[in-house]
Amino acid sequence: MKYALEIAVTAIIVIFAAVFLVQNAAIQADLAEGEEAWGGADGSAAELIESSGYEPWTSPLWEPPSGEIESLFFSLQAAIGAIVIGYFFGYWRGSRKTA
Amino acid sequence: MHIMEGFLPSPWWEIWFLLSIPFIVIGLYQINRLVKENRETLPLLAVAGAFVFVLSSLKLPSVTGSCSHPTGTGLGAILFGPFIASVLGLIVLIYQALFLAHGGLTTLGANVFSMGIAGPIVAYLIYKAGTRAGINTYVTVFFAAALADLFTYVVTSVQLALAFPGEAGFFTAFQAFAAIFAVTQVPLAVIEGAVIALVFKYIVQLKPEILTKLNLLPEATIRKLQEAAA
Repeated sequence: MKYALEIAVTAIIVIFAAVFLVQNAAIQADLAEGEEAWGGADGSAAELIESSGYEPWTSPLWEPPSGEIESLFFSLQAAIGAIVIGYFFGYWRGSRKTA
Repeated sequence: MHIMEGFLPSPWWEIWFLLSIPFIVIGLYQINRLVKENRETLPLLAVAGAFVFVLSSLKLPSVTGSCSHPTGTGLGAILFGPFIASVLGLIVLIYQALFLAHGGLTTLGANVFSMGIAGPIVAYLIYKAGTRAGINTYVTVFFAAALADLFTYVVTSVQLALAFPGEAGFFTAFQAFAAIFAVTQVPLAVIEGAVIALVFKYIVQLKPEILTKLNLLPEATIRKLQEAAA
C-alpha cells in the first residue's frame, strides 16, 4: 500500500485528538472556579518539589514578560525548524525530478 | 518538559554537567569530521536539528490533564548517532533556556543528559538492533523514536528523585516524578514515533544515497521500501 504509513500516522493523531476531547470534557466538568487544567508537567514537578520546602536557588536570567510573548518565542522556534525542513525536502525533491 | 532553572541543588547540577560535557565534545568533533568528509550530509544534519526545534516547541496535552512536549532527538540519533544528537539537543535547550525561561542554564547539564544523551542512546541502540534483526524499517524507527522520547523523561524523573529523595527515599520519589513526567509522556511518545517514522519514509524516497553513505540501510532494503511506496 502506497500510503499505509500516512494513514497510520493520521489515525494515531485523530485518536490522540479524540482522547483529548473526551478527557477535557471530563476535566472541565470537575474543575473548580478559577482553576486551570492542562498546565505544564514541569510546573507540577516544581510544585511537588516546593511542597517539601525547597526554594530554587537561582532564577532565569530573563523570562518572557507575558504568555503572548512566550508563545511568540515558541512559534518562532517551530517556524525556524519548519523553514529548514521544508527548504531541504523541497530542494531534494526538485533535484530528483530534474535528475 | 525540562528541569526548571534553580531546581537542581549543588552538587547535582555540576554532576550532570560533568557527565554531559564529554558527549558534547565528542559530538562537536564528529560533526566537524562529518562536514569535512561528507559535505552532502550537512543538509540532513540541518533537517535533524530542525526536527528537534519543531517537535520540542509543541506543547501537547496528554491524558493526565497536563501538557508536555516531544523531544525530536530520535531522528538525529538514528541518522548521526547519540553524540551528534547531544549537540542538536544542546542548541535547542540553550534557545529555550535563554528566550523562554523553559529549562535553565544551571540545569542545562541535566537536561542535555536526559534529552540529548540518554534518549538518543536508546534510539540509536533500538535502530541498530531492529535493522540487524531485519524488522520493518519504519516499525524500527517508530520504536526507536518513541522509546527515546519516553526514556528522556524517565531519566528526568531519576534526576529529580536523586536530588529530592525526600524522607521516603529514592524509589518513592522516583514514582512521584515519573507519574508527572513519564506517564504524561506516553501518548506524546507514540505521536513522536509515528511522525519520525513518516519523515524517515520521505528521506528514503528523496535522499536514499545519504542513508547508504551513513551505513544506515543497505541498498537492497532501500529499493524494497521505495517499491512498496511506488
